[in-house]
Formats: sequence, structure tokens, C-alpha cells
Amino acid sequence: MSHEPYDIGPARPRLDALAKACGTELFSADSYPPGLLWAGARRCGVPHGILRGVDAAEARALPGVHAVLTREDVPGSNRQGIVHKDMPVLCGTRVRHCGDPVALVVAESRDVLRKALALIHVDIEPRQTLADMDAALAPDAPLIHEPHGSNILLAAEIHKGNAEEALAQCDVVLEETYFTPAQAHAFLETENGLARLDEDGILHLTVSTQAPFRDRFEIGHALGIEPWKIRVHSPFLGGGFGGKDGATVQCLLGLAALRLPGRTIKMWWDREESFLAGYKRHAARMHYRLGAMNDGTLRSLVCHLWYDTGAYAHLGGEIMELGMEHAAGPYRVNHMDCRGLCVYTNNPVAGAFRGFGVAQASLAFEGMMDRLADRLGRDRLDLRRQNALRRGDRNCAGVTLTSSVGLDECLRRVQGHELWTTRHAWKKDAPPFTRRGVGVAAVFNGMGYGRGLADNAIAKIELTPDGRFVIYSGVPDMGQGNASTFAQIAGEMLCQDAGRLEVIQPDTERSHPSGSASAGRTTYTFGQALIKACEMMTTKLVRRAALALMIDEPGGFTLVPGAVRHLPTGKELPLTVMGAMLPRDDRVCVAEYLMPVSRDVLDTGKDFPLGFPHLIFPFAAHLVRVEVDELTGLVRVCDYLAATDGGRVLNPQNFHQQIEGAVAQGLGFALMEGFGTENARITTPDLSTYLIPTSLDLPDTQSVAVETLEHSGPFGMKGVGEVGMNGPLPAVASALSDALGAHITRAPVTPAMILELLASRGAQA
Amino acid sequence: MIIRFCINGRDTELDVRGDERAVDTLRERLGLTGTKEGCGTGECGACAILVNGRARLSCLTLAAQLDGQDLTTIEGLGSPKTPHALQRSFAEHGAVQCGFCTPGMVVAAADLLARDPHPERETIREALSGNLCRCTGYTRILDAVHKVEKP
Repeated sequence: MSHEPYDIGPARPRLDALAKACGTELFSADSYPPGLLWAGARRCGVPHGILRGVDAAEARALPGVHAVLTREDVPGSNRQGIVHKDMPVLCGTRVRHCGDPVALVVAESRDVLRKALALIHVDIEPRQTLADMDAALAPDAPLIHEPHGSNILLAAEIHKGNAEEALAQCDVVLEETYFTPAQAHAFLETENGLARLDEDGILHLTVSTQAPFRDRFEIGHALGIEPWKIRVHSPFLGGGFGGKDGATVQCLLGLAALRLPGRTIKMWWDREESFLAGYKRHAARMHYRLGAMNDGTLRSLVCHLWYDTGAYAHLGGEIMELGMEHAAGPYRVNHMDCRGLCVYTNNPVAGAFRGFGVAQASLAFEGMMDRLADRLGRDRLDLRRQNALRRGDRNCAGVTLTSSVGLDECLRRVQGHELWTTRHAWKKDAPPFTRRGVGVAAVFNGMGYGRGLADNAIAKIELTPDGRFVIYSGVPDMGQGNASTFAQIAGEMLCQDAGRLEVIQPDTERSHPSGSASAGRTTYTFGQALIKACEMMTTKLVRRAALALMIDEPGGFTLVPGAVRHLPTGKELPLTVMGAMLPRDDRVCVAEYLMPVSRDVLDTGKDFPLGFPHLIFPFAAHLVRVEVDELTGLVRVCDYLAATDGGRVLNPQNFHQQIEGAVAQGLGFALMEGFGTENARITTPDLSTYLIPTSLDLPDTQSVAVETLEHSGPFGMKGVGEVGMNGPLPAVASALSDALGAHITRAPVTPAMILELLASRGAQA
Repeated sequence: MIIRFCINGRDTELDVRGDERAVDTLRERLGLTGTKEGCGTGECGACAILVNGRARLSCLTLAAQLDGQDLTTIEGLGSPKTPHALQRSFAEHGAVQCGFCTPGMVVAAADLLARDPHPERETIREALSGNLCRCTGYTRILDAVHKVEKP
């Protein structure tokens, strides 16, 4: 058993699971080196204003305080941001949301830190708070970023055909506006890290981050140091979901470390600070006009999308882009006119979050499909199958789908499932004062960075002197299991058992730049690079073994667990011997891979410098059965089924984990999780006011894999980290409209909303 | 003040401050970082430890309250070389993703199994409802507890 190769295909336990279950895996939060100092930021607490002064005298005088730093102490540009450098490390003149940091304290202990932060007095002249997008778009609204010249971060269009003209020729035209809320990632391990400036001038950071290689450039730019003098290590993350893709603690930690050379500085945001200063999913408003023919053929969509990016850009434009690229859903729609506005407000900063702009648009396009089905008297699932994208079709952005498309098969699986076929009887069996509904949704989610930004990864594998293989991962594992999958890929390629495989978590000193852990790209891109590196390793080992065994031709060799075997002679060379025999340079293989991009030349989407369009899409069809309590308005999710086309499944356990987890997060988005603000001040500062699903709130999700073959992907796979997030909200909305006879246009759907709907439509049982 | 307790089978004596939280004592002074902190306000369950066999939240417990108690942390239940049946079951059933909630989850499950060795699935659901997980959707966690190898 122990010599069984850790190969592709079977449901194999993850290599990181046992250490995590035993509490021995060290997360970045678990590091407390001797003599460490604690850093913390003084948050301004005012949504919009002119910063007149920061009085830190009292804090500085407090015993145990090592430094209190303000804007003047920041050596570099003081600007952070992935595309737009608009977010200060420490604010100097303006504050743009309540979580903006105005001072950084470094102290002996957390107690002293807390006291010192309370002793910093901030003088802010409030300005008009732009608490929502309409306020920010008003002609007389003050500018949040004056150099930008507008509160519109990005205005963009995607056109296909002639949408207005086509709409006029449609038999049916439906119109609706949808709203989705900000959502918190609520990972269990909040933002944290450590930093130390060594004598050799190298700034070392250990951070819970999804993008260690990009972090180097962000820190270097903001603090005015060479990126190569910065080393970032990212151990396993205690959750990420997009919220650790971008600057959180990095620059603040770097700044503290530069001020106090030789000292290790730790920063760990508490839950409230994480909610206040961390990133959120963009709240969105979506206005749709959909045209179709009487036979159910979709023809034209005209839609406007507004995304609230909060105080800073982060990836707001790119996130809205992805929403726009998916605006008409996974359907054949010949004409589309989609306009988007990504708007600065004084709300908490919005950023990347699983479902990256598409989770919002999914409510709108699927809501329109339900309306259309109802209008035409059609079965909701049939109508989706009729219009479902197939390989060779052009999607709504005009991209030819040359890659795998398994949507119709996903829908077919749902249609044949007993949760669907028994729906009428199940609904009829509703207990008194209860209504039941069954909903479906079809969704997709573009994979990878898209055109304009090379989606590249570089894999390194080493044969150790004791005959094991070490894989140097370049992309963090935030819980999705890519590290273990990398071991599995190497196990498959090199025919080795788990005991001979080790994965080193990303470290800018030891691994190679491979982009961020995001966009469903992690296993796809790095996996392809790793396959190549393993092929090189195999070739190398065979040639060296031939030399050592004095066999004059390299044919007939194969790798077996722990050895290279020459089949014609039966001779074997143990890997321990090979590892000891070869010099280090000869024990290492490095290879890279670049994700393909669409070759369609599109006369649209020109407002997007990067990220448009995408070529490869995982698809999914979701089904949910809900029960509504007519007396309390409570919604119970009774059953959930997700059929997902993620190409070939490398490890069923990891695959289903991703889907089940995304569904859980999506059900939270649908029914519980509205990140609250009142006049741009947060009203959900903790996990008793911001509720995420517990074990009592979720059914046992059934996940079914539709294994298309994605020719471009490693072993035929494509990434499924995101797509599962997009289904639950529209599926729940569909089920509720089935139960209540009223369409849902706003999330989260609260009991109060349900009661209102019941009252307005007459609560006849 | 000086407190004495037994932790993971070892008698320990510590000088603690009156306002010191148990979670900090464990993580920062005893190096037992398997006990996690996810909220600091008793809402997530990641910091659960066994106090006299019952799951308790170490972020809401003062170190001083540990005086005279018998404590077991996740490290005391088992190690990767000699795991507790629950730890092995969590790993085998795919109940671990990011793993930050896992120690608290395992501790809560250990408490349950000590009182009810053969719980129904719905009993497990109830017993773990104070432990938040953001990665899994709970299905495989319930599986892991339900299908754990009984001694």
C-alpha cells in the first residue's frame, strides 16, 4: 500500500490533511519568534474627509512603544494597488473609508499596542459621504480620487451584433433590475504576517497571501525598495477566496520592519479589523432587458451593470469586466449591448472574491431566464437546455468556444435526477404553513487571467540526495488543495508514492514566479508546467541511469516507486543512489507553461487593458429545493445538487470539496450574508452580526462531475474553484419564485423580505 | 499569579497575568499553536480545547481559570505519527481544506463522542454548529465524525 503511486484519478486524501487535523501545520499566524514586536494600524473611523493631523505624542511616550509611524515616515510612493496604484499605505491628506489607516504603531506586546492605538488622536474634517453609487455619480459629488478626475473607476462596453435593433424584433421583451450585496470572505484565519529586515538588507516576510510574487513588487513600489531585496514566503493559508489577493498587511509590516531593523514584527488583524479594512465582494446593481422569440430562442440582451468598488480600485475594473463578459449567461445570444460602470464610493474596499464579478451577474441572467420561462409557459430547465452554449458556438462576448463545453450535459444530469423528477410530488407534500419550491440555475465562469496578462507558471522539481522528489510550488494553497494536487501530478508522471513526494509552499527565494492563486487557474497553469518539468526529470533520470548501469541506449527504462528500472535486463537503480550520485544542478528540472488565449479578433471590449476575453470556461447546473415557513419567513434549504463540468477530475475528493464549499458560500450569499453599512460605516463588525452558514444551515450537497475533456488542460482538467459560487443565489431565487410565485431581485433574501412578499401576494396556503 | 494544570498529560505550572486569555497562553507561551483563533469573541469555535473532557472556547477563558484543570488540546489528541481516530477520519474523508477550523472541529467532535459514542448524523450536526467552517460546506466533516473508527 505504501508503495502505491500517488497518482491521478482516485479519490486520495490530501497530503496536507493529517498535519492540519493534528494542529501541527504552521500557518503564518502560528509563528511567534522570540523577541517579536506587534504592529497595528490606527484606522480613521471616518468614511470621507480631509486629514488635518495625527497627534501621536501620547502614544509615542507610552512605555513599550517602539515606533509610531505616519505618512511622512513612508519612504516610497506610499501607493498600493494591483492595477491602479490608488491606495495609500498610510493616509496623509485624505481618508476615503472608515478602515483607512492613518498611523502604524509597533509595540512590545498586544496590550501596549491596543493602548497606544487608542492614544492616537486624529483630526479629520469630514467631507460629504458617498455611501452608494448614486451619491458618487451625482454631478456635484466630491471626487474621491481627485487625480482620477471622476468617481467612475471604469466605464466599459461589450457589444455583439446590434442589440437594440434585435430587441425591437423580439416576440417577448422582459425588463428587470437586480441587486446583490457586498459579501465578506470571512476566512477563518484573518489577515496576518511577519516581517524582518536582516543585516544583509533583505526584507523577509511571511504572509497569509495569495500572491507572494506580486507582493514583492507592491511592497517595493510603495516603500521605495528594490523588489529583489524582498523575500516573501506564503505558508498554507487559513482560507483566502480572493480576499488575500492584494495588499493587506504586507506594506504596513514592511514599513515597520524597515524602521526597526533586526526585529521581527507581527501583525494580525482581529475579526473586526478584517471586516473593516479587508476586501469585499462588489455590491452590484444590474438592469436587464432581454428579448426572445416565442419558440424560446434568446435573441438580444441590453444591460447595464454597476459595481461599487468602494474607496479603492483593487481589481474593480477587471472584476466588472468578468461580470460583463458573462452578462448573457451560458447561452447563445446573438446580440448584446452591455455597459458597465465601476464606481468609487466611501464604502469598504471591494476586491477579488470567488465568482469574481460573475456571482453578481448570475442572479440577473438566470432571473431573466426564469421570467422568460414563466412568460412563455415553458419548463425552466428545458428553456435553458434549448439555449445552452455548445462547443463551436460564440458566447455573448463573441468568443468562439473552442474548448470543452459540458453545460448541456450538466443540465441533463439535473433533469434526470430524482430531486428534479419528483419535484411536483415533493412540493405537494409541503407541511401546513409551509411552501416548497424547486429551482435551477445554469452558470459558468471564465478561467485564468484572460488576454492581456500572461497567465504563466514556472514549476521546479528536485530529486533530493535521499531519493525523494520535492516540488517547489509557485502558487499558494489557501485551502483548495492545489499543493497536494501538485504532488499527485508528480506522483502520476514519475510513478512515485506519497512518501517520496513533498511540496514546498511558495517562497520567492526558492520557487519561481507563477502568478496568484486565483481565477481557477492554479492547478491548470502550474499543473501543465509541472507535467513538463516531470517529463524533463524522467528523461534526465533515464539517461543518467543508462550511464550508471552501462546500458548504451536509453530505451526500455521506466520509473517505478523508488527506482529507475531497465525492463530488458531487469536492472534497477534506486532513486536514493541516483540522488546521492548527481550534483544538485543535475537533480533539478524547471519548466513553464503559458495558458492559451482566444484568437478571435473582437471589435469590442477595448476599454479593458487586460483580462478580456477569456477562452476556457467551467460550467455548472445547480438544483435546489427549499421550504419557506409562511409564519416566520424562514427559508430552509432542503436539498442541493450541483453538476459541474470541470473537465477531467484529477482527484474526486478535492473536486467535490471545491464544489461543496463554493455552494456553502453561495448559499450564504443567497440567504444570509449582506455585508452591512449605514452611511458607509460598517454595521456587521463580527460573526454574530455577519452570519455565515453553520452546519445547521446547509443540506448535504450532492456534487456530480461531468467529465468533459479539456484538451489544453493537465490530464484534461479545467479549474472549478470559482464556478460553484455562481449557482446558489440564482438557484435559490428560482426556487423561491417557484414557491412564492414572485420573482426575487435582491439578495440576500431575508425572512423579512419573504414575509413582505407573502403579504403583498396574499398568504393563501 | 501562579496556576497549575495538567495539559496533554503533563503537569504544568505557569505565572500568568490576571487578564491573560487562555488562547494566548497556549499559543504564545506553550507553543501549542494547533489551537486557532478565528474571531476572539466566541463565535467561530476555532479555539476550542477540552477542559476536563468538555469542549471550551479558549478565547473566552482566562488563563487563571485553567488552574487545577485537566486540559487537552488538539496536539494532545494525537500527532501525524500517532493520530487520534477522529484526526485520521477527518483526513481520510476529505473533511480538511484550509484546515484552520479543523482543530476546533476535531475537539468539539471528541467531546461529542465521549458523551455519545454512536451519534446520529443530526446529533453531530447540532454538536458542531458552534464551529464555523468557511471551506467545506460541512458534509465531509459530518461524514468524518459519523464514520470514525470506533475503538
